[in-house]
Amino acid sequence: MSDALIEDIRGVLRDHARLPVDVEAISVDADLFAAGMSSHASVNVMLALEDTFDIEFPDRMLKRSVFDTISGIAAAIDELQAQAA
Amino acid sequence: MNIGIDLVLTDEVRESMQIHGERYVKRVYTDAEQADCGDDPRLLASCFAAKEAAMKALGRGDEPLSWRSIGVRRDAGGHLSLELTGEAAALARRRGIDTFHLSTAYHRAAAAAIVLAEGRGAP
Repeated sequence: MSDALIEDIRGVLRDHARLPVDVEAISVDADLFAAGMSSHASVNVMLALEDTFDIEFPDRMLKRSVFDTISGIAAAIDELQAQAA
Repeated sequence: MNIGIDLVLTDEVRESMQIHGERYVKRVYTDAEQADCGDDPRLLASCFAAKEAAMKALGRGDEPLSWRSIGVRRDAGGHLSLELTGEAAALARRRGIDTFHLSTAYHRAAAAAIVLAEGRGAP
């Protein structure tokens, strides 16, 4: 996963995850739900990621491990963009 | 018996409707929920809380589970029940759960839901 991808994901989280902490302070493997992201906020994050990266998360990816860390989100985006290429 | 509970802020739902519009509603809520709730963020928040409470009562781990696979139905008398389809129904079968009880409450600021799940248990 590239630094640019991670930065773009942080931008989406900053705008949509309603985290009570600074997104920059969250490591790529930190649990976003434990950091304060609600289940409902994760919907906004998913939709904003789809807009930002021009992807659509299939139902098989609608699971906690895809959205609970920045690295998990990045891996899912990498996979979806590779499929689309 | 398993129990799940969840709380959703109405403002979060209202904001999602404003930012993502129809895409948010169609991605998260069943056709019946859309018909029942219209564009009332309080009712949609109570449906979302019910979905999350149901996921907890199902003992969801890391299984893929779409929000639309758990729906809230309102009968003519206003009684609420849960309708599971697809992957949520399959997870309930694997858990040996066949009966759900749902109660919701909402206020201007938030909606809450509690779900009791009963059954013979996992085989």
